[in-house]
Amino acid sequence: MAAKKETRPKRVRKAPFIIILVFLIMGIVGIMTGEGSRVLEQAVQVCLSCIGIG
Amino acid sequence: MEIVRKWVQTITALLVNGSWSFPFTRTIYQGPLKVVCSPGLNCYSCPAATTYCPIGSLQQLIAGIRIALENGQNFFGLYVIGTMGVLGGAFGRLICGWVCPFGLVQELLYKIPSRKFNIPQKLNYLKYGFLVFFVILLPLAVVDDFGYGELWFCKYVCPTGTLEAGLPMLILQPALGQTIGLVFFNKLTILTGFIIWAILASRPFCRTTCPLGAFYALFRKFKLVKLRLIEENCTRCEACHSICPMGVKFNEAPEDAECISCLKCMTEACKFDAISLEIAGLAVGTQGGTKIMSPKRNNGAA
Ligand code: SF4
Ligand code: SF4
Repeated sequence: MAAKKETRPKRVRKAPFIIILVFLIMGIVGIMTGEGSRVLEQAVQVCLSCIGIG
Repeated sequence: MEIVRKWVQTITALLVNGSWSFPFTRTIYQGPLKVVCSPGLNCYSCPAATTYCPIGSLQQLIAGIRIALENGQNFFGLYVIGTMGVLGGAFGRLICGWVCPFGLVQELLYKIPSRKFNIPQKLNYLKYGFLVFFVILLPLAVVDDFGYGELWFCKYVCPTGTLEAGLPMLILQPALGQTIGLVFFNKLTILTGFIIWAILASRPFCRTTCPLGAFYALFRKFKLVKLRLIEENCTRCEACHSICPMGVKFNEAPEDAECISCLKCMTEACKFDAISLEIAGLAVGTQGGTKIMSPKRNNGAA
């Protein structure tokens, strides 16, 4: 069985890193505006909509 | 590999539902870990939940955006969307295949012996509608007299909420039973429908309804970790078609939005090393390691 080489050149894809960086910055801006605490505040309360009675 | 995946799914499900004091407290976990995002769909009103649900939190922020802005708080959902985007950019729907508790629940239901059915591919597009309308537009646009919107997906659809939060909370706090009405019975019907459907078909909720799966699917082309087809090695034997739990025909659509990177096609079906796992474009493994085998064209074609 002769080995067959893959013809596609191997190179690092940059797009995932750019996308991750953009969303990371977005998340950090969110934290800076205090959204993290707001999310925590909401997550520690029982969500009546989730339960189906709100 | 399937055993490894099942272990990872189970351990993650236990980690995001790691608070077991609820039989004594009779309510949900209220500690600081809840600032951490659950990568998969996991209701934060589940008594054991230790993380926040990105879909629930996003709706909460969007529904309260007017009031927040009136109070000088610039809450646009950036923290939640940023976290979801980092996860999506890195893993995409690999999260569905490896760490989502509700994905695991559906996989276990599908193991119940019964006649099995396919899901029409057109239904796959519905989940984008749920993301756009039920998670974003309706909570933003339909508001009460005070300017608050509703959590449309949580309130009218989400079967995870009913299973993980609604039913357990009714047991823990029986007084809640006096307040249930049509909304609850609607959600109970939806949950029952999905349970039956998941016995008969593979992952119906993930394929047709889940807004989080829809969001992660947007990263299918640009995610960091993904599977790649090595066309030189593909014999078109189509072994990857029948094994896929998401109905993906991998060799025809290697970047299909439904692929949850469960690796079944790579590790259990393809005998020709035509599928490889790559990180940022660099192959990290095929079924037989990283070597490229010679193809046997048309050998075993369906
Ligand atoms: S599609 Fe949704 S429910 Fe299914 S595994 Fe992905 S996040 Fe979980
Ligand atoms: S295409 Fe392969 S990795 Fe993707 S979901 Fe199907 S079997 Fe799993």
